[in-house]
Amino acid sequence: MFNKILIANRGEIALRIIRTCKEMGIKTVAIYSKADTESLHVRFADEAVCIGPAASSESYLNIPRIMAAVEITNSDAVHPGYGFLAENANFAEICRQSGVKFIGPTPEMINKMGDKVTAKETMIKAGVPVVPGSDGLLKDIKQGIKIANQIGYPVILKATAGGGGKGMRIVTKDEDFEDAWDSARKEAKASFANDGIYVEKYVEEPRHIEFQIIGDQHGNVIHLSERDCSIQRRHQKLVEESPSPFMTPELREKMGDAAVKAGKSINYEGVGTIEFLVDKFRNFYFMEMNTRIQVEHPVTEEVIDHDLIKEQIKVAAGVQISGKNYYPMLHAMECRINAEDIFNNFRPSPGKITSFHSPKGHGVRVDTHVYAGYSVPPFYDSMIAKLICRAQTREECIKKMQRALDEFVIEGIKTTVPFHKALMKNEAFRSGDFNTGFMNTFNIDDCIE
Amino acid sequence: MNFNEIQELIKLVNKSNLTEFKLKDKDFEVLIRTEKYYKGGHQTFVSTPQMMSASQQYPSPSPVVMNPAFKKPEETSDSTSAEAPKGKNLVEIKSPIVGTFYRSSGPDKPAFTKVGEQVKQGDVVCIIEAMKLFNEIESDITGTIVKVLVEDASPVEYDQVLFLVEV
Repeated sequence: MFNKILIANRGEIALRIIRTCKEMGIKTVAIYSKADTESLHVRFADEAVCIGPAASSESYLNIPRIMAAVEITNSDAVHPGYGFLAENANFAEICRQSGVKFIGPTPEMINKMGDKVTAKETMIKAGVPVVPGSDGLLKDIKQGIKIANQIGYPVILKATAGGGGKGMRIVTKDEDFEDAWDSARKEAKASFANDGIYVEKYVEEPRHIEFQIIGDQHGNVIHLSERDCSIQRRHQKLVEESPSPFMTPELREKMGDAAVKAGKSINYEGVGTIEFLVDKFRNFYFMEMNTRIQVEHPVTEEVIDHDLIKEQIKVAAGVQISGKNYYPMLHAMECRINAEDIFNNFRPSPGKITSFHSPKGHGVRVDTHVYAGYSVPPFYDSMIAKLICRAQTREECIKKMQRALDEFVIEGIKTTVPFHKALMKNEAFRSGDFNTGFMNTFNIDDCIE
Repeated sequence: MNFNEIQELIKLVNKSNLTEFKLKDKDFEVLIRTEKYYKGGHQTFVSTPQMMSASQQYPSPSPVVMNPAFKKPEETSDSTSAEAPKGKNLVEIKSPIVGTFYRSSGPDKPAFTKVGEQVKQGDVVCIIEAMKLFNEIESDITGTIVKVLVEDASPVEYDQVLFLVEV
């Protein structure tokens, strides 16, 4: 087992990892930027190293500074968390060459799944259903239009190096293709320095259902069932839950098998998530794979009652997994609480939290790095807390979430708590009858400040 | 001794380099041992105050400690500059990177600079090594070295104060 793990991240996930390390008797090293001097992860770790100024490029994304911190603290493993360098194959490679264990997959696995076109090809080879589309990157508009007519409109143009909704354009007819092509390529080049575009059938109003998998260093891969993440705004998840209200035991078997097949096809090591789109007929298609621990991992933890960070560290240390799959025993839901002003287009609202009281009680979990008096810095993402509830049934889970949201006091900044309160009252949400188009129909005026 | 006095005493001992402090007064006795006491003999960097996280645990038995007051990184640099001579125009030379601090370019080479010596803007004052790369750190001010705050061959973090220079 590792002696000392350096956490190459910040905020709530850094704290999350530190907590599990403490329980496992592993020493922890926090790295931080000047802007995070007051952060909880710095205080809870055994050692802390300031590595740079506020800018991510000079701190949390800066590989030389991070490796220097690894070196002077004699850490034998690095946990990259999510975001930042978590899916950076170059960073994983540098760790490997430096003799430090990167807690995650190998650089080869990251590369295979990080590039959307390669990932899709790998899945086709593995016999996992994928969204019909172009065989690789599009050469030109002519080819694009040909393929679009073959698979049938509407189609979506996507950036191969993309993420977070950038470099995507929906096309409904031949006449719009050229403009969409130009615009998507421009955005892709600006966001990812790679203007490679491929085209896929646009699955209308699908559900986003993802499967958690874990693979060990001995070739075993299992799944831990699904999370429904259809409630999204601009491709950013707002709420996640397990089990999915749309799931059936038969569908879970099929999708679970596909997820395990996907993991085994690349001999996957570590925790990972296979994202699927599911249409109203319950056809499912591979969308992408995330080769890291995800923000919403607590949802799975609450329904299968295992510590995913602990399992992640164990497989990284060579421990073999049981080989059996895991199924939800309860219902759990997570609301992402962001420092955003929902009445002003969800714009970020950094600043000092003057008053903070998080909800507690049976079946309520709050993962957060903030506290009363903490200043939310403007340099990083706006998520300040995750509120996770679990109960015997979905209905009770929603009631519990409502009770918990009512208890949640965060003053001094604007947060998305009012949005979640309104969401819990929303009929479509409560009935479980929603898809990724949900936020287009949601009325912000239903929210009360 | 009352509770406040004990709290002040603990703060004082922790700020100092003491590893153990014993005080006896009639029928009252207090023994304070800092973390350095328990870690004595281990690698230097573990006991360097600036390297430790803000969550220094006061070792038990110290039931009087109500705020396991997280030693904030700012407090550390405050206490080091408080030890410097007062009333002078002092400027800090801080580390721009993370690494290991060396006073000279080799074990048998002379130190780049010493207390009392003049330093000009652009002069190399130390080396910070990170991942086998030896970075020469230059002074961005002209003046006299008043204090060297880091021991040779110890780890430093970003923005850690290395030298105090009187301009």
